[in-house]
Amino acid sequence: MTLSENKSIISPVPGIFYRKPSPDKDVFVNEGDSVKAGDVIGLIEVMKNFYEIKAEADGVVERFCVENEDIVDAGQEVAVVK
Amino acid sequence: MSYFDKILIANRGEIARRIIRTCKHVGIRTVAVYSEADVDAPFVEEADEAVCIGPAQAKKSYLDIERVIQVAKETEAKAIHPGYGFLSENPVFVRRCEEEGIVFIGPSARIIELMGSKIEARRQMQAAGVPVVPGWDGKLASVEEALFIAESLGYPLMLKASAGGGGIGMQLVHTPDELQKAFDSTMQRAASYFGDGTLFLEKWISNPRHIEVQVACDAQGNAVHLFERECSVQRRNQKVIEESPSPYLDENTRAELLETALRGVKQIGYVTVGTMEFIFDDKKNFYFLEMNTRLQVEHPVTEEITGLDLVEWQIRLAAGEPLPLQQENIKRNGHAMECRLYAEDPQTFFPSPGTLTRLHIPENDVRLDFAVIEGSVVTPFYDPMIGKIITHGHDRADAIRKMEKVLETCRVEGVKTNTPLLQKVMRDEEFRKGQYTTRFLDKLLV
Repeated sequence: MTLSENKSIISPVPGIFYRKPSPDKDVFVNEGDSVKAGDVIGLIEVMKNFYEIKAEADGVVERFCVENEDIVDAGQEVAVVK
Repeated sequence: MSYFDKILIANRGEIARRIIRTCKHVGIRTVAVYSEADVDAPFVEEADEAVCIGPAQAKKSYLDIERVIQVAKETEAKAIHPGYGFLSENPVFVRRCEEEGIVFIGPSARIIELMGSKIEARRQMQAAGVPVVPGWDGKLASVEEALFIAESLGYPLMLKASAGGGGIGMQLVHTPDELQKAFDSTMQRAASYFGDGTLFLEKWISNPRHIEVQVACDAQGNAVHLFERECSVQRRNQKVIEESPSPYLDENTRAELLETALRGVKQIGYVTVGTMEFIFDDKKNFYFLEMNTRLQVEHPVTEEITGLDLVEWQIRLAAGEPLPLQQENIKRNGHAMECRLYAEDPQTFFPSPGTLTRLHIPENDVRLDFAVIEGSVVTPFYDPMIGKIITHGHDRADAIRKMEKVLETCRVEGVKTNTPLLQKVMRDEEFRKGQYTTRFLDKLLV
């Protein structure tokens, strides 16, 4: 893998996507921030459970593909890490 | 007299269908409100009128107070039944109903606020001579104060948010060091989830049993109990199986528990149907835990053993009628058991949304309170509970035998369900003997 390779972060479950740990908190990461593999970048709420969405590799968050509180499907791309 | 012409149901799923059933029976028209995700749900079809109130996210639909009030006014509903969850224990919503002259089918905002504060509830119950879990029912101003008080109470302790409930906002601590570490984060979490960071301390009771008393009170000052329910079979503080009567209680303890619960509700001037929750330690000492000021998921087991309709009682009490029966005319008959069917993995409890390609449950000798029908979509947006199976037998063994038979013959496909877990419980020797605590499922799954 080269450093410039784009990696999609995919939601494994359907639900509501959150960029913040709770409504009055800051976002987990901003676009342009560096992340390490395993860092939480968002949450998916599915049937009152919260599923952590994590970066799979080290890199920079290039962009989010969905907005905070958007509805996502299983398999949908939520962010791209470069 | 006594009934409203039309009721709006501010809820969804099985409880909306349950309320519609009673309304049809007593001749009340119903208005359903639904989110875009529920457009094809059975409750929308079954209500006399149905109005879409917003997108799938509960915050933008079922929790939108102004939208619900607006629909009630437009459809000229005289009363709102909130079901459980969502707006059912929200004092802001109750005040808005009062302002608009709409009857809220439940208690006053004052009572909801009183019981919503765990510290206030403890104080009120103590004043009525209802035992509460040993602890300290003042606000903990600082970690230093918490450590000082904890020393006198003795560890282990439960650090609790006054505004919390249902297992959220609690932290078990075994040592001063753990208390020190947990204090700030628990306070922050309570402030962020409940808008109130007030904390207090309670003795931790290991391996408790969770037993609750169903009560009903009228505006004339009368109160009756409708016996108890045992709800100790839980996963992640969520109830899975409930039954009535409790296999743990002898007649003396039962009589004392029921009488104590009535003292508690009289103390606060409660009106309507409600539940006093208690925990029992292994020596049959019981302590008040919290009060639920709404209809509960597990109300059918009480209906099955008493032959009464609790939704009808709620409606009549909300209309200002006196209690339909006096205590000596409320009789208990046989044994009832309820299994909650969750769309989830039976091992990991992880939710499993999807389309129900098959839902076949034999209907003889069983009560089915279900949110869905075959072909329904179980969406990821709400609770994973898709239905409740309730059996009634002449005794406990009979109720279990009937439940085993239903679980064996039911066919649910398209989503994962906890049916295998429910079957395992019904076959378990300890469960069959009535020997289980709130830790039962953890042990069963090891």
